[in-house]
Amino acid sequence: MTLLFASADASRLVRLSTVDLVIIVFYFALVLAIGFYLKERSNTGEDFFMAGREMTAWIAGLSFLSANLGSLELMGWAGAAYQYGILAAHWYWIGAIPAMLFLALVMMPFYYISKTHSVPGYLKLRFGEGSRALSSISFALMTVLMSGINMYSMALVLKIILGWNINFSIWVSSLTVAIYVSLGGLRSAIFNEVLQFILIWAGALLIPILGLADAGGWGALKTRIATNASAEYTHLWSTLGRFDDNPMGIHWTGIVFGLGAIISFGYWTTDFLVVQRVLSAKDLRAAKMAPIIGAGFKMMVPFIVILPGLLALAVLPMKLTGEAQAIATGGHSYNEVLPLMLARYCGPGLLGLGITALIAGFMSGMAGNVSAFTTVWTYDIYRALIKRDGSDQHYVSMGRWSTIIGVIISVGTAYLVMDFKSIMDYVQALFSFFIAPLFGTVILGMLWKRATPAGGFLGLLAGTLSSIGMWAWVKVDSSALRYVALSAHARDMAENMYRALWSWVVCVLVTIAVSMLTKPKPDSELKGLVYGVTDIPSESYVTVFHRPWFWASVVAVLFLMVNVVFW
Amino acid sequence: MKTGGSLSIWFFIGASLLVNGLLIFGAGVYELFHPPEEQVVLHGLHANVWWGGILAVIGGVYCIYFAPGKGRL
Repeated sequence: MTLLFASADASRLVRLSTVDLVIIVFYFALVLAIGFYLKERSNTGEDFFMAGREMTAWIAGLSFLSANLGSLELMGWAGAAYQYGILAAHWYWIGAIPAMLFLALVMMPFYYISKTHSVPGYLKLRFGEGSRALSSISFALMTVLMSGINMYSMALVLKIILGWNINFSIWVSSLTVAIYVSLGGLRSAIFNEVLQFILIWAGALLIPILGLADAGGWGALKTRIATNASAEYTHLWSTLGRFDDNPMGIHWTGIVFGLGAIISFGYWTTDFLVVQRVLSAKDLRAAKMAPIIGAGFKMMVPFIVILPGLLALAVLPMKLTGEAQAIATGGHSYNEVLPLMLARYCGPGLLGLGITALIAGFMSGMAGNVSAFTTVWTYDIYRALIKRDGSDQHYVSMGRWSTIIGVIISVGTAYLVMDFKSIMDYVQALFSFFIAPLFGTVILGMLWKRATPAGGFLGLLAGTLSSIGMWAWVKVDSSALRYVALSAHARDMAENMYRALWSWVVCVLVTIAVSMLTKPKPDSELKGLVYGVTDIPSESYVTVFHRPWFWASVVAVLFLMVNVVFW
Repeated sequence: MKTGGSLSIWFFIGASLLVNGLLIFGAGVYELFHPPEEQVVLHGLHANVWWGGILAVIGGVYCIYFAPGKGRL
């Protein structure tokens, strides 16, 4: 391998050796082989769309997390850590753990007992066809956009690191995902996601280990960051008292109420991309344990994502910049943190595994989006609105074709997002459009039996429209930021946090107001869907160590500890 | 979890780690005897030797434990 740091060849960061190429080719061969191997187990709708509902808690839990470990996790958050410091870890801790535990202990029983195929499917049972149509169409739109972002990110990193043609990377990766998901359905996606999860750790774990050795340990790392950037970069909470005291320009209320209470709960409890993995669990206890297992591993992900970004602040000889400036000056952007760190420490073989880890991350995120899109399209749009009387085989066939079509649409999206200034901010904006209001609708639907179909639909619609409206308002008039984000100093991320919070509030208020004015469903129609009229199976037959609440408590205590340690 | 025939998901993962580990370990050993002209930072730690070895051992254990026909989930 030849290192080309700051060298004349700006179009390529590293050169792969033969063994690196063998490792990458072996990975592609293995995921395709898994797809072909599982084709025989995906002949019914239940198999293709729900993986037969026979996954263990570990498989469902690792897949639940892996589907989220897309390019944005690996590339985007490492870049965000370089840009904003350890504040980026909030998206892994307060921005994930409480919501994952809440999903496991409070919401999972209703998703699982209702036997729904999807989150929009739950809304159909609870609020009727209007809510399902609105959420399924917005979800389908979001998933193809997300999938396109994944593809673009992967093509970009392969171009930067290896000098590969961006079109070649997009088409090879997307066709591979299309083949193994269309052949084996959700089972193939989950199976590969677990494999990808292991490879991500195997390939990425060396960077923080060697980086810490290089920097001289955690104490020396903090000192070097204080010199190169600012001491604020290594504090999680203590700089959040004022908007202008921290690199992100955010107040603690935005992190706690915008991210911790709304965006994360919206994403982890209602985004079908991740919830679908848990719905494939073999029984209710496995379905409750899966998010808890995922939360335990999620808490460790900053070690391979955030820490490399911090290490880069200390050890990289060059200064990274935003995408536009990097292109203009021929330098490196924030999003190149992980590839730069890989190139710094990884020799032949390790480099191939590191690149494979990045590709695996991209593909797991892409496959997660595509398989979720396929289910929602087939069950909640095509079967609900276009063809209600098809056979099971017909819908499986539609699922296979929609996988391929979804990938093609995603490829088109990938080309669209190429010019967008910041991948992460774009995705956060999307979340706040759809996910935050959806969380308001689902949580009221599950916990408040007085919520009516009209209330649920109009609340969801009002929340989504208000979010898009606030986004457009700030785009047209930047001074509106002081109203939407409570401060003229707020950065894009802070704006997204507050917009999500307000859109959730609008959704909840409209749902409550309309519900109070309209007729509720009788209790008999709410069994299995709403707290108070649903019998939740007892777990008294298993020992304490097998009960979800016990392990949720363990994860919760660890969560509190990491927040105090890095305060 | 069992899949279509008799292969456990963990067997595939073991095979992947074993193959990758052996390739990385082999590349590391080759580098010991033929040091590259341009070296990565901390080259002296020979990370590809011990990391490749660790992956190969873990992969091998998984391959044996979850080998086809053993009936393990």
